[in-house]
Amino acid sequence: MTNHDLQIKACALRRAMLRLIVNAGAGHTGGGLSCLDILNVLYNRVLNVSPQTAASPTRDRYVQSKGHCVEALYAVLADRGFFPASDLDTVCHYQSHYVGHPTRHIPGVEMNTGALGHGLPICIGMALAGKMDSANYRVFTLLGDGELAEGSNWEAGLAAAHYKLDNLVAILDHNTLQITGHTRDVMSNEPLDEKWRAFGWEVRSVNGHDYAALTKALTEPSPGKPLFVIANTVKGKGVSFMENVAKWHHGVPSEAELKQALAELDAAEAKLKEAQ
Amino acid sequence: MSAPAPSMFTPAAKATAEKLGLKMGRANLEEFAATLEELAKANPNIIAVTSDSRGSGKLAPFGKALPKQIVEVGIAEQNLVGITAGLAACGKKAFGVSPSCFLTARSLEQIKNDVCYSDVPAVLVGISSGTSYGALGTTHHSLHDLAVLRAINNLSIIVPADNFESRQTILAAAKATKPVFVRFGKASMYNLHKPETKFEVGKAITLREGNDVAFIANGETVVHAVLAATHLAERGIQSRVLSIHTVKPLDTEAILKAGRECKAVVTVEEHMVNGGLGEAVASTLLQAGACKPFRIVGIPDEETVPGAQADIFRHYGISMEGLSETALKLLK
Repeated sequence: MTNHDLQIKACALRRAMLRLIVNAGAGHTGGGLSCLDILNVLYNRVLNVSPQTAASPTRDRYVQSKGHCVEALYAVLADRGFFPASDLDTVCHYQSHYVGHPTRHIPGVEMNTGALGHGLPICIGMALAGKMDSANYRVFTLLGDGELAEGSNWEAGLAAAHYKLDNLVAILDHNTLQITGHTRDVMSNEPLDEKWRAFGWEVRSVNGHDYAALTKALTEPSPGKPLFVIANTVKGKGVSFMENVAKWHHGVPSEAELKQALAELDAAEAKLKEAQ
Repeated sequence: MSAPAPSMFTPAAKATAEKLGLKMGRANLEEFAATLEELAKANPNIIAVTSDSRGSGKLAPFGKALPKQIVEVGIAEQNLVGITAGLAACGKKAFGVSPSCFLTARSLEQIKNDVCYSDVPAVLVGISSGTSYGALGTTHHSLHDLAVLRAINNLSIIVPADNFESRQTILAAAKATKPVFVRFGKASMYNLHKPETKFEVGKAITLREGNDVAFIANGETVVHAVLAATHLAERGIQSRVLSIHTVKPLDTEAILKAGRECKAVVTVEEHMVNGGLGEAVASTLLQAGACKPFRIVGIPDEETVPGAQADIFRHYGISMEGLSETALKLLK
């Protein structure tokens, strides 16, 4: 799949995500849109996992530490064939396993997440197991900006470097916004590149909506070091009135807003196809 | 110079133990470490995870013998549980070992979500639990652990009484396909069971039959119930003693049988009286309509009295003499 193909697919994935959020009556819209390109490139290019290999001991593992952006994950997993797209109609409904954070009831989900600061330690355990078994799989997690205030991430930062886990990749969805506003105002965490480098990680900073840059950052090895990819993203990416607006952290579009958002994504897709 | 450690047993209690032929074993913690090392030598998938706690967990020999099967995370209990869960999710039989006071408080959310909710077959081992650290004070006591863990779905909770129960617990935990929490103290323990005793997770062991009073106890308090039962027998009172090593799932059948057949029930635990074994037993009895004179012996809801574990036990009546007195008052 080319970068152009992924860009076109992203329009459909964003539409699916927005529809399921409206149908669910809840969701993390802004963050879902910001991390969607990362998930798209992971599941359609980088991760060595598919519905057929979901139970293979040698599969790559992905743990979504910022579990609240599960709607983007659901959209990508459904598109990838882990479960029928019709399941998305049940998100957050009574007796549906498709709850508002990832659980292992859902095909393709590795661990139950949603409380912040949990993904990285879990992934260290997975990466250590891979090293012990001399297995070639890699372990990926996705973190949020606000999430980095959780101290457990920094405990894990020490451990991953200590054990030289070069089969571990932490991706930061660096949209610089959290529920209250700008991360720099809530609890400043910069300079993140210097901090993670000082912890002993390989750090790469890329445009988190650029498929070529993401692919390069996520696939080039980092011998002897865990890899921290700062994916610079736009919260609400792809929908003009949601971009960089903190209130869309967990805002649910009205019918009119959905209509406008879908129209914008349709137009973006048409433009991409024209350029083909 | 540190104060000499007081004895857990009065001369009279020691004499009773001698009369019963009880032999002093080693600390349950040592039994755990030896059993785990033995299992790990035969199974390279068994991994111990420690938080600068291999010394307290008696796992230094394990670390020396099997350096590739121990993961040190430093003093970082949240990380310890998360890493243990990740290892377990990838097919390792991971034992996360850390003082119970830290393991079950600081990393409670990791226990709840990463282990229990994610349903990975990790084993969490709370060491030096209860008041084992004695005079180190409340920061180092775990008198909340059973209460908080009982309120988390999908976790077996086991509190072994002696070396036999400790070994059997680890053998069972190593085979478990679901999350398990085990709690060990660090004092040397009398051996209470015969080697042929049947051990099953979730099934109480009856150490003594009797229908006047039932002592329902677990962990390091069981021996005191055994001694009290013997002491009371000399006064013509027949006691039943149950070692409820598994707090969850609880052996409600044995509890109800005891509650229906005995005139009074005394529960004993090295835990705060709120939310531990006693309240679990009370709930079982009351909901089945088995209402008998009943007392929960444990640590009351107050700042725990300073002192060694033996001082604390004696202060709160967890002793042959204290439990005998409680039973006699109930039977009046």
